[in-house]
Amino acid sequence: MNEKLSYIKPSGIRRFFDIIERVKDVISLGVGEPDFQVDWVIREEAIYCIEKGYTNYTSNQGLIELREEISKNIKKNYNIYYDPETEIMITCGVSQALDIALRTILNYGDEIIIPEPCYVAYKPLAILAYANPVVIKTHEENNFKIDLDHLRKLITPRTKAIIINYPNNPTGKSYSKNELKELAEIAEEYDLYIISDEIYDKLTYNGKHIPVAKFIKDRVVYLNGFSKSFAMTGFRIGYVCCNEKILKNMLKIHQYSMLCAPTISQYAAIEALRNEEKILGRILPEYKARRNYVYKRLIEMGFKTILPDGAFYIFPKIENLNVDAEKFSEELLFKKHVAVVPGNAFGDDYIKYIRISYANNMEKLKIAMDKIEEYVKELSVLKI
Amino acid sequence: MENELLQILESNPNLNIKDISKILNRNEDEVREIIKELEKRNILKRRYIINWEKIGRDRVYALIKVKVSPERGRGYDKVAERIARFNEVRAVYLISGEYDLEVIVEGNNLKEIASFVSNKLATLEGVRSTVTHFILKKYKENGEIFFEEEKDYRLKISF
Repeated sequence: MNEKLSYIKPSGIRRFFDIIERVKDVISLGVGEPDFQVDWVIREEAIYCIEKGYTNYTSNQGLIELREEISKNIKKNYNIYYDPETEIMITCGVSQALDIALRTILNYGDEIIIPEPCYVAYKPLAILAYANPVVIKTHEENNFKIDLDHLRKLITPRTKAIIINYPNNPTGKSYSKNELKELAEIAEEYDLYIISDEIYDKLTYNGKHIPVAKFIKDRVVYLNGFSKSFAMTGFRIGYVCCNEKILKNMLKIHQYSMLCAPTISQYAAIEALRNEEKILGRILPEYKARRNYVYKRLIEMGFKTILPDGAFYIFPKIENLNVDAEKFSEELLFKKHVAVVPGNAFGDDYIKYIRISYANNMEKLKIAMDKIEEYVKELSVLKI
Repeated sequence: MENELLQILESNPNLNIKDISKILNRNEDEVREIIKELEKRNILKRRYIINWEKIGRDRVYALIKVKVSPERGRGYDKVAERIARFNEVRAVYLISGEYDLEVIVEGNNLKEIASFVSNKLATLEGVRSTVTHFILKKYKENGEIFFEEEKDYRLKISF
């Protein structure tokens, strides 16, 4: 057995997730995927591809038409140019892109800095890449952003890279132009790569998203995909954009371990990008309305909560309630049939937070918020 | 603000003033005032879309194309208004192409619609000819699909 696997613990809150499946009539605010169905133009295109027989392998790097479309899209949205021939590769979701990026960049024993709270896969994937993850905690007082002085202190001669994710899962927070600039300067100064998971970029409600690649393109491995903005989770399409040298090496792993991303999904993804404005125009106002609603309700219930900039998560603190997030989540599930994710799923220190996903329609969100309010009132009565 | 409000209402017609005020971060009186104003200006209209067929109430609908001689000064508007004022008429559009107006008419049975067309519509001054298509089945109306809603197949928890 690979010894590395002994360092990867099955999540401590696994038990909680096993229970959820057994509780009936749950409104789940624990879902990390959009509730919007994949737009019909995209699904129709996938059906058409099957009918036409576009069901063969594609080039390892992915369909050139899709890479061109991605290149155009990044140019249009962010005015950054990636060469579709040499700087873009299609992967099976961002998960796979991240896996190969880490295996490409890191050597045995290298250190990689991972800010927490964060998506559950970062640390395990770094360990599987034979690297040492070094966690940097972010705090609510600092809007869950990396403290750059603290970051400097964590950098050693073995530090190779830092992973960032914004808009962030689970906090919804994003980085401003100046913050990214400063981070880019540090990467330059210490010779680091920035692996930037920007899968939620298009779901931004405050201001405009800026890729960190804008400032030091050559040091950034830019990861994105179709699962969140186009709800195409099951299609499994992500992509990576980076300099030619890294991409060439990533391609070596990709071609032997995956061969290529699913063909039908790649065609569907082209259609998604061609309809981007229409599709986003339909869902963005809806997400924003939900965000505002859920934020306001949580604030009124007395939760310390930071207004998210994007994604579809909000990360309130359950202070003054005499319970930790696991107990809170479990009781909320059993008593009120509402599921949320305890914050410690995203980092050990976040046992006083819960992640709420507002990827649900307003009707369900209203009921869920009413139930959370009921539960919080019951808890407060107990305390007195 | 008005735009945002309308957009929210369009996709969430069941929201009450309290909910909307939370979404827009305005007080309830303000929201109520804006909605009233939008209704007064004929920008916001409310109506339920009902799939009558599903509960067995058989109504008959016809799509009627109408050729019209436009009137000097008012074009098609005058005759269009006369048609639109009938209760039986659900929709009237000025269209391009061979015909001038498209009218959607509702009735209890075929006969009723036939008599409406021959007695009321075709005899109107300015109406030159009509062609009637009976609607056999409705699949989608006003953006609402009359097929089964798609299920939510998502896992209850995912990261």
